[in-house]
Amino acid sequence: MSYPLHADEIQLNQNGQLRHFLTVEGLSKALLEEILDTADSFIEVGARSIKKVPLLRGKTVINLFFEPSTRTRTTFELAAQRLSADVLNLNISTSATSKGESLSDMLQNLEAMASDMFVVRHAQSGAPHFIAKSVCPGVAIINAGDGRHAHPTQAMLDMLTIRQHKGRVEGMVVAIVGDILHSRVARSQIRALLTLGAAEVRVIAPQTLLPFEPEALGVSVFHNMQAGLRDADVVIMLRLQKERMEGALLPSESEYFKLYGLDDQKLAYAKPDAIVMHPGPINRGVEIASEVADGPQSVILNQVTNGIAIRMAVMSMAMSGQIASAQNRS
Amino acid sequence: MTSLINVEAILDRLCDDLVVRIESAGVDIKQVGLIGIRTGGVWLADYIHKKLALPSPMGELDISFYRDDFTRIGLNPTVKPSSLPFETEDRHIVLIDDVIMSGRTIRAAMNEIFDYGRPASITLMALIDLGRRELPIQPDLVGEVMTLEKNQQVKLTGPDGLKVQLKAAP
Repeated sequence: MSYPLHADEIQLNQNGQLRHFLTVEGLSKALLEEILDTADSFIEVGARSIKKVPLLRGKTVINLFFEPSTRTRTTFELAAQRLSADVLNLNISTSATSKGESLSDMLQNLEAMASDMFVVRHAQSGAPHFIAKSVCPGVAIINAGDGRHAHPTQAMLDMLTIRQHKGRVEGMVVAIVGDILHSRVARSQIRALLTLGAAEVRVIAPQTLLPFEPEALGVSVFHNMQAGLRDADVVIMLRLQKERMEGALLPSESEYFKLYGLDDQKLAYAKPDAIVMHPGPINRGVEIASEVADGPQSVILNQVTNGIAIRMAVMSMAMSGQIASAQNRS
Repeated sequence: MTSLINVEAILDRLCDDLVVRIESAGVDIKQVGLIGIRTGGVWLADYIHKKLALPSPMGELDISFYRDDFTRIGLNPTVKPSSLPFETEDRHIVLIDDVIMSGRTIRAAMNEIFDYGRPASITLMALIDLGRRELPIQPDLVGEVMTLEKNQQVKLTGPDGLKVQLKAAP
């Protein structure tokens, strides 16, 4: 499956509004800021005694998770519920696809049940694009992570967290540490940071966990934490997937922690007011020490809270864009 | 730029009427929670809040998430978070908007207020009532009743120097 990274012709309607959210690639700074502003408004909803607004009342959202996930699926589910949508979580391992039904046939059946939005996580890069482009006209598709390609809502909740704590994304020096090669989160973060005007995006990783020609991503490359973290405003640690330890990409967990794990000593290279982020789930003592994960510079739990607001923003904006598209068609 | 009506004189009168109305119900005016609906209603609420020297901070509602026409017009891209910096549960609320017409904005605002808690009462104040109601919602206090042609609309400008202007409808 091969789809262009620039998905603007798929995910935007004729008015330039979001109708799917597949990738941050190709989206303008103004649109990314609109997502952040809308999410800002939704944060307040979570503090009310009744944590709901009626925007998606009567709409049906189906969480289609072809890959296991707890945090992302839960925050999407909460986001949809806080928008008053009806939410179905489809257990793919026991679904019809495991009985031989094609993805297209399964989705057409779900469409026939008058679904309005699919939240899709898939191990195959481009799967949400495929669904948005060829399977579901009129149904909003939200990418909840596809292969090594993109995880746009995670990237946007990270941008929201940076903006909350640093006041802006523009001009920030951001260091992303860890498994860049396999990380859809890092790809989306880098694109969002560059679009929003970060002064410098650095990646810090061993050569074996970097893609071929990493500079092509528009980042500075470091193999050493001391140099890479120097004067950084934001440090984003990536999850080191333990399963990859067996692939001879790394010598051992302890060796990795020694060189690339974030502890207080290494964090001291960054600015004194630098914030520490992690998309979770964290491997304590592998990519990050507990003293840092639970320390005063950590904003990891804020990221989780912001995940709900960003997903509410993206879902309501995509639904709004679908509505406008349908009106223009009629 | 002249104003169609003297907004401040009308607000002064509305303040007097509000005090009488609230206190005749046995409620201390200093205990009410004042809420303005963005944008014009907030400007008016701010004037009244200062005039009555109310001790509790005033609230601001953006009803974008509660509009009943989302499925027709979509999300307002300039939505700002609502702010109710006081307890609404069992509180006497004064809700203020610049113009009431169909009643749909007020319905949305009341729905939103109830998501913060169940108020003891809501008193509705509008600077201008244009009639043309589509829902059975009536303000308790009105500054001016107007009848407009279909190709006309009124707009409150502010916040410094509150003025009401007659404009051509889009």
